[in-house]
Amino acid sequence: MLGRYNLRGTLEKVCIPLGALIVSLVIFGLFCAAMGENPFAVYGSIWKAAFGKWSTFQNTLIRASPLMLASLCTVLPAQLGLVIIGNEGALVIGGLAAVSVGLAIATFPPLLVQIGMAIGGMVAGGLWIMAAGALRHYRAVNETISSLLLNYVAIALLNHLVGGPMRDPSSLNKPSTYPLADINMLGTMPGSRVHWGLIYGIIACIISYVLIRRTTFGFAARTAGGNIRAARIAGLPVGKLTLIICFLAGSCAGLAGMVEVAAVQGAANESLNVGYGYGGVLVAFVARQSPLLAVFISVLLGGILASGGILQRAHDLPDATVLVFQGIVFLVILFSESLYGRFEFFKEKPVTDDSHPRPPSTQGPEPTPSA
Amino acid sequence: MATEALGWWGVPLAIAAGTMRGGTPFIFVSLGECLTEKSGKINLGLEGTLLTGAMSAYGISYLTGSPWLGVLVAGVSGLFLGAIHGWLSQQPRVNDVAVGIAMIIFGSGVAFFLGKPFIQPSANQLPTISLGNASMPPALEAALQISPLFLLGLAIAPIMSWFFKSTRWGLFIRAVGDSPEAARAMGISIFKVRMLSIMMGSFLAGIGGASLSLYYPGVWTERISSGQGLMAVALVIFARWNPMLCLWASLLFGGAQSLGPALQSVGIEEGYYLFNAAPYVLTLVIMIFTCSPKRTLSGAPGALGTGQ
Repeated sequence: MLGRYNLRGTLEKVCIPLGALIVSLVIFGLFCAAMGENPFAVYGSIWKAAFGKWSTFQNTLIRASPLMLASLCTVLPAQLGLVIIGNEGALVIGGLAAVSVGLAIATFPPLLVQIGMAIGGMVAGGLWIMAAGALRHYRAVNETISSLLLNYVAIALLNHLVGGPMRDPSSLNKPSTYPLADINMLGTMPGSRVHWGLIYGIIACIISYVLIRRTTFGFAARTAGGNIRAARIAGLPVGKLTLIICFLAGSCAGLAGMVEVAAVQGAANESLNVGYGYGGVLVAFVARQSPLLAVFISVLLGGILASGGILQRAHDLPDATVLVFQGIVFLVILFSESLYGRFEFFKEKPVTDDSHPRPPSTQGPEPTPSA
Repeated sequence: MATEALGWWGVPLAIAAGTMRGGTPFIFVSLGECLTEKSGKINLGLEGTLLTGAMSAYGISYLTGSPWLGVLVAGVSGLFLGAIHGWLSQQPRVNDVAVGIAMIIFGSGVAFFLGKPFIQPSANQLPTISLGNASMPPALEAALQISPLFLLGLAIAPIMSWFFKSTRWGLFIRAVGDSPEAARAMGISIFKVRMLSIMMGSFLAGIGGASLSLYYPGVWTERISSGQGLMAVALVIFARWNPMLCLWASLLFGGAQSLGPALQSVGIEEGYYLFNAAPYVLTLVIMIFTCSPKRTLSGAPGALGTGQ
């Protein structure tokens, strides 16, 4: 975070996540070996399915775009010191609102319909998370718990609406709303299958970065996040900040719902609730609440998700293999967070002894009581 | 559904029976979360533990024919997941909420991966104790089948309450949860106490999973849990970190969950999913009314959520 250039510090920021990724691959490889699969063949398949070819990389990007948007729902409130995990709910509500708007004004010019759907999704998702922020500010209700509960309420609402009031009678096996007209769907980028939602995601991450790092508003938010009492004494409107940030956060997740509906599903159904929201929470934590890093972590997670099919087809592994892999990767990366500052090698002073990365069981500088 | 023959009278009966059946996993998982949170850490990963417990109980019962061995193995699998969470969430700068969500993914991944072969076959279920007799209408008799796991849960709540109040170890856990500094001054190892609390909490959650797959609904599918593991976090807050209140709250939540199906069985299809959301809305409403910006919640462990 210091302004001056720090070679060893930069090296640490690159080596630790990279090392964590390698360690998680080794653990996952051991898991595959224990299940009687050749780990290297599995790695090869994952690579091919996720990043290897342009044709398959597009699948990764398609999955990455809702993750980017959903992760901002955790990243933005984190600047205020709030832990929001209501991304799934805001995404679902945003998708529902987008479909409602898209169906209500279906005869308008397509561009107008798309803008309407985006605004609908963003406002609905924004208000959803703003409710959690308001409860936090006015009633001191823990925002983590309330946003978690709101997820369930949103999913119940989705199931209720697509199973009854908004149901398209022709959707038999999988209750859905009436489909959006093809002309109103978000198109794909020229020369690819990747829809414009990816651009939305990248732009939203960049705007968030500028907002929290380069504006007074962001500075105020980070101040309040650092020390709320000091922020109050300094006269910062903590309540207003909380509500605005939570609204922006929720509107990003709501936009993710709109993208899923208007670019992928074409209607709202239970496919809205497939875990992009919880994935977004993890992306946010793994990206250390940085909107720019979230772009890359989303692509990584998108790649893991995209490799599910090939593991099933080529290796006869259950589809849950992807969940195991994802879980291992994130647990190891979260653990690697505790390694910063533990290695002498990365300290900015001339070192004579070559202390290589030690096993994690060694005592760190933190005053950890005897384990 | 038990209510078909009894018409409208079936609704309260179905709710009573559903309270016992649906409440059992809640009792275990909420007591587990209560124990965990008393030590000052939060474990969102109990959802994954619950699924792993459900899978391993079902799998072991199917393979060995002994449902009780399944229950034990479910608890032990919980211990393992708890050990991962306990160790990881106590590393510096590692957020316990994030670890919890990663553990949900990991736990459900392991459960679905290893549980794939057990989706089709049927495993031996836990025996039930019948309170009814043959002269009753069959629906009533079916509703009065009580699981020993339910009774076990009823017993654990007061035991845990006594444990916190009157034992040395209970005092250690409360001290670590309320004031880690004071606990350290007393010479207690914070790491050990939290590790053991989280592991035992996960053990209980694993047994809660066993009650899902071996008692009610008594099958193993990937959709067996309807979020009880995550709900437990809200439930413990609702119950003010008090084991006895956890018990009553679990029964309330179990009853609320059976409201939807009970009404569906008498032909009220409208709002089925909305009834399913009743416990969540209820928790939210109660939190809104009982929280206040002027004070922390009474009963909340002091170190909870502070990263200490």
